[in-house]
Amino acid sequence: MNFQEIILALESYWARQGCIIQQPYDVEKGAGTMNPATFLRALGPEPWNVAYVEPSRRPTDGRYGENPNRLQHYYQYQVILKPSPDNVIELYLDSLKELGIQPHEHDIRLVEDNWESPTLGAWGLGWEIWLDGMEVTQFTYFQQCGGFDCYPVCAEITYGLERIAMFIQNKESVFDIEWVNGITYADVHHQGEVDYSHYNFECADVSTLMTMFNLCEKEALAVADKKLVQPAYDYVLKCSHLFNLLDARGAISVTERTSYIGRVRNLARRVAIEYLEQRKRLGYPLLKDEQLRQQVLTAEEVE
Amino acid sequence: MAQDLLLEIGVEEMPSAYMPGAVRDLQELAQQLLGDARLEWKELKVYATPRRLVLYVKQLAEQQRDAVIENRGPKKQMAFDEQGNPTKACQGFARGQGVNVEDLQVKEVNGIEYVFAVKKLTGQATLQVLPELLTGLITSIPFPKSMRWGYYHLRFARPIRWLVALFGDQVIPIEIENLKGGRTTWGHRFLAPEPLTVANPDDYMRQLESNYVVLDQQARREMIWKQVQEAAAEAGGTPMENPDLLEEINYLVEYPTAFTGRFSESYLQVPPEVLTTTMINNQRYFPIYDESGRLMPAFAAVRNGNRDHLDNVRAGNERVLRARLEDALFFWNEDNKKPLEAFNQGLADVLFQERLGTLERKVQRLEAIALYLCRETGWGKPELVKRAAQLSKADLLSSMVYEFPELQGIMGRYYAQNSGEDPQVAQAIFEHYLPRFAGDQLPQSEVGTVLSLAEKIHNLMGCFCIGIKPTGSQDPYALRRQALGLVHIIMEHRLNIDLQQVFREAYRQFTEVKPDVDEETAVGELLEFVLQRMKGVLAEQKFSYDVIDSVMAKSTGYLLDIYNRAQIVQELKKSPLFEDFMVVFNRSHNLSKKWQQTTVLADVLQDDSEKELYQQLTAVQSRLSAPLDYHQLIKDLVDLRPYVDRFFESVMVMVEDEKLKENRLSLLRSIAGLCQQVADFSKIVQ
Repeated sequence: MNFQEIILALESYWARQGCIIQQPYDVEKGAGTMNPATFLRALGPEPWNVAYVEPSRRPTDGRYGENPNRLQHYYQYQVILKPSPDNVIELYLDSLKELGIQPHEHDIRLVEDNWESPTLGAWGLGWEIWLDGMEVTQFTYFQQCGGFDCYPVCAEITYGLERIAMFIQNKESVFDIEWVNGITYADVHHQGEVDYSHYNFECADVSTLMTMFNLCEKEALAVADKKLVQPAYDYVLKCSHLFNLLDARGAISVTERTSYIGRVRNLARRVAIEYLEQRKRLGYPLLKDEQLRQQVLTAEEVE
Repeated sequence: MAQDLLLEIGVEEMPSAYMPGAVRDLQELAQQLLGDARLEWKELKVYATPRRLVLYVKQLAEQQRDAVIENRGPKKQMAFDEQGNPTKACQGFARGQGVNVEDLQVKEVNGIEYVFAVKKLTGQATLQVLPELLTGLITSIPFPKSMRWGYYHLRFARPIRWLVALFGDQVIPIEIENLKGGRTTWGHRFLAPEPLTVANPDDYMRQLESNYVVLDQQARREMIWKQVQEAAAEAGGTPMENPDLLEEINYLVEYPTAFTGRFSESYLQVPPEVLTTTMINNQRYFPIYDESGRLMPAFAAVRNGNRDHLDNVRAGNERVLRARLEDALFFWNEDNKKPLEAFNQGLADVLFQERLGTLERKVQRLEAIALYLCRETGWGKPELVKRAAQLSKADLLSSMVYEFPELQGIMGRYYAQNSGEDPQVAQAIFEHYLPRFAGDQLPQSEVGTVLSLAEKIHNLMGCFCIGIKPTGSQDPYALRRQALGLVHIIMEHRLNIDLQQVFREAYRQFTEVKPDVDEETAVGELLEFVLQRMKGVLAEQKFSYDVIDSVMAKSTGYLLDIYNRAQIVQELKKSPLFEDFMVVFNRSHNLSKKWQQTTVLADVLQDDSEKELYQQLTAVQSRLSAPLDYHQLIKDLVDLRPYVDRFFESVMVMVEDEKLKENRLSLLRSIAGLCQQVADFSKIVQ
């Protein structure tokens, strides 16, 4: 299986499970969790099943394209199932079979991993999923998001696409992954890794980035005041990415670090509040079960 | 008649660290709940795998025991009026208890008569009692962290997916949200993916066994360890003994199969601690050693499954390890490109603690405290202590320690050696973190000991002066462990230092952080905290509590002195001198307890006996040396016995002549005071 066949197989599998197949979100972000299709939709009472590829950026993980296992830009395949179905683990294991990985021919283990994102005010419990000793997936039951309890609880499945591809194709280096006939991962992304590593670690202008952070923070709050949820959230994402860039640049001292994280968390929380209120105003249109929708609305009125 | 009870809580993979506690809690809760429900049983067992928690009760009675309960009501005089008619209070009580007023009984408790409602409880059928009991059991197992899932409200460590609840061959009708007690279970997730229907508890055990689940955690643990040893032997070595790792793996697999893998010898150039840390912490492998104790380029791992397609599993694991070791080799080479000292540049950017500032500041304070200790103890050359302190935190900025924080100190020693630092400096960098856990080795070198003490004193005083003290189970900075380490090091090396002085010196290093508490309070509280650990250490060494209390009555910062006196008092208690000594102490102490003066005026002395006693006392006092020779002092005091006895036979102390009385009290106080130089013997149990 080449890289894009893996993606296509997952798209097709999760589409058959009734997921909306969304496309990547067009703002830089550190993980698929930050896509509004996860961060916002995990909140509130509405069901939501979605799957999408997410290009993710972690500036500090750049290695100038020299390390066979580390990238500052990589791909996640993200699935959200809300509420988490009773057979969610079986659904996940079946998806591996779609990739030609027969569980009984390997060693698959679910090893405790508790996930927490201080910048998003989010945490959950779950596992790292090991395939013959390699962590290929993160599985999390969201408990809180933006500081709010998640109910119903969603299951988040995050595949590390490069790792799975390396496993399937038996490659020692991420750059050797075959993307499609005759084209490797290196052909597509190697120069980008080199350039971004130079930029992230050496060139990014600290004072420009700081100015941008402050501007984006201001904009996020101003837009949130106008109750424009997703536009406000875009600026939270920008702040988060700018913070990551400043961090990679070594421009944030330890004391400042906590305060930057706190600022982003406050923004995330603010947007979470606006989102929850907006959905309530809209009457939870994604609750297609009318009886359940009425129940939820009545229950909230009593509160 | 009795039947076996089986409750299986089928879960998604539980955190392995929770399981030993969960097994214990389930066992205790079940015993308690069954006991409270007046149900008798023969044997109660709890089994656990990553996917199930199982309660198996052998021969559980089919009926609750009958019981009589007596509930006390109002006093008899309040319950009946003068005519003997029941009062409102009495009627109300009877109504509340659901009994007739005429059935109330009167009984005496501690001489007062009360009315009692006596009720006979008829034992119910166990099958009727069990649903509520088992629901209570499932919902009260505590976990460090619990969660919710889907649309449900139940909380558990991980989602519960099925319940098997059988009493003999009958299903116990429990219901918790979507979960219903039944007779359907599941075997191994991959090796036996079909549901299994079980007839009764016995059948359950058989079916699991034939469906690749080794249910009994102890049997599974033994099986894993045996397999790991065999696999390692095939690879030509023996596995590292690591009970924690074994226990973790035990709760990661339902059907274990151990196998070995290899890695390139070229990675052996990386220090063995790095290799074993990677293998254990990242991959849960057992490192393998050859007969000379050298690490081999091989590991033993445990698969959750059988031997089918084991080559896939081996190859996958070898590849993952290779990538990790490649990283480690890269970090090792990178870190060695510059001298250890060069890492110090980054110290200013790393925070030690929010209020206590950066690591750079910490290192400066550490140096000052270490040099003070060096002067006071004469341990280590000052220039080496200084250098070791300056380099002590440099490795925290290395790539390797960034990746593997538990290698702090260990990497520092390697990098110091490779940078041509003095071997004593390198050793001290490693030793200054010791002891890292209970029972760990203690620093042995002079420089390492001084630096290790300084590290702990710095952290303790730093936290105490800004009001961070351990409370209950809260001890985020591991201050108890560090204080205990401090005590152990001082004892180990018999260091004669005054902690009070050292703490004062340390406090002065923190003036820049604007402490919340003043010097006297901080020093006092910290000393008290350390003395509490000291008490524990003495108790562990089998000193009796009265001895410990007696030697700790005097507040001192010399731990060694406390220890020495404890030994002396403990010995004294067993020696033939003890009786004489206690007579001297008790007779002199009892009357003069509240007297403060010790100035005896020779010309006020009247009787020969008191003149003689005074003479002897002066002789003892003139022989006092600094430091005190406690053995000599005790011997001298024992020798006073005949003089003390004669004194009490010949004179009265509490005479009317105030001057005379005071003089005699001062004489006695002086003697008692000398005894108390050793310990407060009034606390000794004779």
